[in-house]
Amino acid sequence: MNGTLVQQLVDGLAALMLLTSFALLAQHRMISVLHWFAGQGLLLAVTAAIVAYGTGSDELYISAIMTLLLKGLLLPWLLWRVIRQLQVHREVEPLLNSSLTMLIALGVTLFSFHMIQPIEKISQLITRDSMAIATACVLLGMLMMITRRKAITQVIGFLAVENSLFFAAIGSTNGMPLVVEIGIAFDVLIAALIFGLFFFQIRTTFDSLEVEAMNAHLIHKDDDE
Amino acid sequence: MSSILIQIIQALLLLLLAPLATGFVSTCKARLQNRRGAGLLQPWRNLRKLFVKEVVIASHASWLFRTAPYVVFTATAIAASVVPAMLVDTPLSLTADVIALVALLALARFFLALAGMDIGTAFGGMGASREMTFAALAEPAMLMSIFVLSLSAHSTNLTTMITHTIHTSFALHPSLAFAMVAMLMVAVAENGRIPVDNPTTHLELTMIHEAMILEYSGRHLALMEWASMIKLMLFATLIIDLFMPWGMAMQATPAALAIALGLWLLKLAGLLLALALAETALAKLRLFEVPEYLSGAFIIAFLGLLSYYMLEAGV
Repeated sequence: MNGTLVQQLVDGLAALMLLTSFALLAQHRMISVLHWFAGQGLLLAVTAAIVAYGTGSDELYISAIMTLLLKGLLLPWLLWRVIRQLQVHREVEPLLNSSLTMLIALGVTLFSFHMIQPIEKISQLITRDSMAIATACVLLGMLMMITRRKAITQVIGFLAVENSLFFAAIGSTNGMPLVVEIGIAFDVLIAALIFGLFFFQIRTTFDSLEVEAMNAHLIHKDDDE
Repeated sequence: MSSILIQIIQALLLLLLAPLATGFVSTCKARLQNRRGAGLLQPWRNLRKLFVKEVVIASHASWLFRTAPYVVFTATAIAASVVPAMLVDTPLSLTADVIALVALLALARFFLALAGMDIGTAFGGMGASREMTFAALAEPAMLMSIFVLSLSAHSTNLTTMITHTIHTSFALHPSLAFAMVAMLMVAVAENGRIPVDNPTTHLELTMIHEAMILEYSGRHLALMEWASMIKLMLFATLIIDLFMPWGMAMQATPAALAIALGLWLLKLAGLLLALALAETALAKLRLFEVPEYLSGAFIIAFLGLLSYYMLEAGV
């Protein structure tokens, strides 16, 4: 396989990555958010495998398999279990209305494209074009974290940011050293487990997963003291 | 001289095949639903019946109501005759500008909405207001997805764009995929198909297109119906032209034209079959979800534009 085809495939996957980030923002139902999140994980695994093929590095194959198992299957399954056990409301409750969020998302994407443009010019890698998209995806994940009411959707936003950082790592440096990657993967896994436990704790303490409720509770406590 | 002849034949083909295309979609749908269907020619039979029937006009209808069908039909027919179907470089190709095309369709829509409001019935006004609301969202999405192609062809002229697409070597273009998805979504909405509007119903509170032409009868109704059939054909041909023009005739030789005609019919059948499948598989959206559907199309088209700049420009 020649370099141009690899580049085209990576470009196509980058575009799909951007699409999944937007789709995560646009979903109304909790389950479809999870589906798109799992899809993003699979996409990452495929990207890693293709870049591994293109650059001939064996380490990236291992991280592709790890991504597939962890981000494509395990994390979505864990979150799905948490959602089912907590009997969270099926609808996602955004703070802003969805068309406004999408407009902000478009603005954020434009901004990151504008910001990355000078950096792309110095890079020589086959995957340099995907840098702007990876940055946009990071910002979109952050946008998801700040525009959602529920703790679970905020955590999915956080994990989406991690996904995009991984994508940026593949795109800008052909992947990090394997040791670092394994470390990060386990960190994310542990983080997800702890978040899961926290959800139950938050639920029992505040009777709600809404972040507003927690703030209100704290302010109320301050008044009491 | 011969190219003018081909242009005329092409335009006539588009106009005459339009009812057949609608018949094809409904036959496919019927077969998918285990029905026999009324056959390919049924739309033609309906049109013939309507043309010989008497026209009944409400007593307080103005001249607008009577002229609107002719304006709508003419604008749609002109738009359809401008779109290349077999031969890329036709005598009318200078007018085959995409923005002009969208403007012609907007003119037809404007008169359709006016005619809907003219009688003063609740349904007509409702249909008109819905049509205009959705059009305001669909048009930018359509233009945006066309601009993705215009960016690489450096032109909004259809002939130039098709020539550019045929001459560039095949490669994966994420931006084009985005543009095509957006265009398909808009085409479904513009033609009043499921999931946006149901073309087979005449009495439903959420109808859009049918609500506007509820008061028409006889040849006026025939022209309105025919215009909407031509619009479906026009959109299908436009999508073929923009995204899969391979095999269209560059020179007006009989052999090339025959291949182009065959391929065009084949692609058309494929697209219409896909439409029938989508209509069978999908449920109609709630009316208030349609703006979201259309802004989704706009966002996908915009993503196409962005990914063109990010991934393809300057490569």
